[in-house]
Amino acid sequence: MAVQVKEREHSDVETEQLATGCEAIAEAIRLADVDVMAAYPIRPYDGVMQAAAKLIANGKMDVEYIVADGEHSQFEIVKHACAVGSRVFVGSSGVGWFYAFEAIAVTAGLRLPVVAICGNRALDDPGAFGTEHNDSLAVRDLGWLLPWAETAQEAMDLALMAWRVGEDKRVSLPVAIGLDGAFLTHSQQIVKIPTQAAVDKFLPRFDLGDRLLHPDNPITIAPQVDQDWLMEIRMQNDQAMRQAQTVIREAHADFKKLFGRGGASPFIDEYMTEDADIVFFGQGTLALPMKVAIRRLRKEGHKVGLVRLKWFRPFATEEITKCLTRFKAVGVIDRDYSFGSPYYGGVLYNEVRSALYSQEKRPTVVGFIAGLGGREIEQPMAQEIFEKTIAAASDIKSGDICHWIGVRS
Amino acid sequence: MAVETTTLPQIKGVKDVPYDELFVSGHRTCQGCESALVMRHMVKASGPRTIVLGSTGCMYVANTTYYTTPWVVPWMHTQLGASGSAALGTAAGLKVLMRKGKLKNEKINVIAFCGDGGGADMGIGAISATLTHKDYNCLVLLYDNESYANTDIQLSSQTPYGAVTTFSPSGTKKRLMHTRWKKNVPGMLAAGHPESRYIAAGCAAYAVDLMNKIRKALELGGPTFVHTLDPCPKGWDYHPQYSQELGHLAVECGIWPLYEVMDGVCNLTGPTRQIAEGRKKRKPVYEYLKRQGRFAHFADEDVEHFQAEVDKMWTEWLIPGVIPFTIPAKDQTILKIDKKALHEQKTA
Repeated sequence: MAVQVKEREHSDVETEQLATGCEAIAEAIRLADVDVMAAYPIRPYDGVMQAAAKLIANGKMDVEYIVADGEHSQFEIVKHACAVGSRVFVGSSGVGWFYAFEAIAVTAGLRLPVVAICGNRALDDPGAFGTEHNDSLAVRDLGWLLPWAETAQEAMDLALMAWRVGEDKRVSLPVAIGLDGAFLTHSQQIVKIPTQAAVDKFLPRFDLGDRLLHPDNPITIAPQVDQDWLMEIRMQNDQAMRQAQTVIREAHADFKKLFGRGGASPFIDEYMTEDADIVFFGQGTLALPMKVAIRRLRKEGHKVGLVRLKWFRPFATEEITKCLTRFKAVGVIDRDYSFGSPYYGGVLYNEVRSALYSQEKRPTVVGFIAGLGGREIEQPMAQEIFEKTIAAASDIKSGDICHWIGVRS
Repeated sequence: MAVETTTLPQIKGVKDVPYDELFVSGHRTCQGCESALVMRHMVKASGPRTIVLGSTGCMYVANTTYYTTPWVVPWMHTQLGASGSAALGTAAGLKVLMRKGKLKNEKINVIAFCGDGGGADMGIGAISATLTHKDYNCLVLLYDNESYANTDIQLSSQTPYGAVTTFSPSGTKKRLMHTRWKKNVPGMLAAGHPESRYIAAGCAAYAVDLMNKIRKALELGGPTFVHTLDPCPKGWDYHPQYSQELGHLAVECGIWPLYEVMDGVCNLTGPTRQIAEGRKKRKPVYEYLKRQGRFAHFADEDVEHFQAEVDKMWTEWLIPGVIPFTIPAKDQTILKIDKKALHEQKTA
């Protein structure tokens, strides 16, 4: 089956351009030489499909671009294209993501490295276009790798990482990049676009090996395994998710070497934490208002910092607990909800507390639910989060509470 | 860039059918299962350079148990409502990989199958979408055993009027729980997808006709569709030895017309054509109904209603059993539609 791959025209100059998170991802699709993508409209993720369509129309990339009849079809189309060896891209938002849920679930079960973005959006009803992380988080238990981007640059970088990590034979799992709706999908920032040569060095050709569906390799994929084999197969997925941490570390090191970006750790991004007593913890674009608050609070003499989570799955438990045990208190800010959960906290809050449970020295972990439905996290809200976190610092039990921030009575 | 084509010539008769079996032992379908026969004919017709996608249903669960498989060709499961998308995604993947030189350029047949639940109910939207994507070569085959036969015989939109299923039992107060007429799937798809080059209705009881329809679909290319009616001993409640006979009766009673719509031209085939041409007399539907336990509760009036609806298909529809429109008498001359001429159109 080995044949000559056609040379692609490309520039060898790294460029900078003003791009939204969606446009940055579209550039990553071009650089990764994606084979098949499937589109269906829903705001705000669909900016990426619009940007990609323009690149195709202008002859900048050669992709099989399929406009599907719904999200379920979108995700099924790329899943099957992936099974015959195509590098694929897909995405959705909010309830659209849920419409595709069946296909999303089986993609992980099939160990097919589909790369998606989830332009995070509140789950209607009632209708709301803005950011909420419950759409992405709904797949957290299924075997999808879930990174979250803060900037358009990071969105593009994570996309390139996603194909590299997901397609690695040790992992072979799908990846869904979280992009905060509007704040990131539709805000323009300066993005460095790497050269094709550098990307080709970073990203090897996709090779499914002996799992390729082809008449030369007549395998039967996904038969009925029932109780006889399901546990063994589920455990393989678990092992793949464990391997993913190693593979992400390797990819991150290579990425830094080639592109000079990515920060100290692939999993968390620390901001002004060196001497901090308390830190905020969260993911996505809420880092921006929290960093503004930290700079203001520092001027007032408060030793406060931010730990931003970059990969929610796999959850880098060891690294995260090692980091968070350095502080007296952690204010976890959830842009999500988990009704009826322990202490009525958000998803991140309970994940962090669970990770810290067996640590000898534990910080107080306080929960905050903020910025739902795309509500902006304004400075008075950041101030309230800070005050409540510092007030709880001396008593670990005072963390057993989750505060809703900036809610009108 | 010339594409190496595997030619699939029309089969002239039973003796001309390929020997190679590509759907073999290793499955646990019921005795007398016509759908399993459809699977066998399907890959016999398509040959070994074929990828088969199977959506959830009997032909998934009963065919592929881990550590064994009846499929000699590559096979992959797809979701209940995803046969259309599976066909499309697979065809698109092969096409782009061959165009970019990442895969050897050759003709590979892509067939996605679904049952009546997966195809006529849940997956109809995706099948419809696929039939509009004319750049991709793929066939969707709907094997119709007229119920969700894998999950315990529940009614689908393909279950015939009045039939007993586990969702439509016959009770003391209600003799008929299911009173909807069967959805006309191939006719609907043919009417609604003018760029699909081939849409056909077949039956495994007419094996050569069915294999030729599958070959035509794959040879003409683009997205195509074949719908088969498959008698099901378990769901229809009859002895397994009568499966072929019931397939014949469904056609001979005019309930399941055999036809193909090729490049916009409708040809009735087999006994259906003979009936339309007046060379064969349509049998009363009672001949078909009385052989099946699922109609055992029918009163005379139910049989009469069933017969009347089938008669309407033959006497009033624009094309018998295919296009369910009637034309008011005053417009007959304006539209100048000559039904006889339609039947006599030559095969392209």
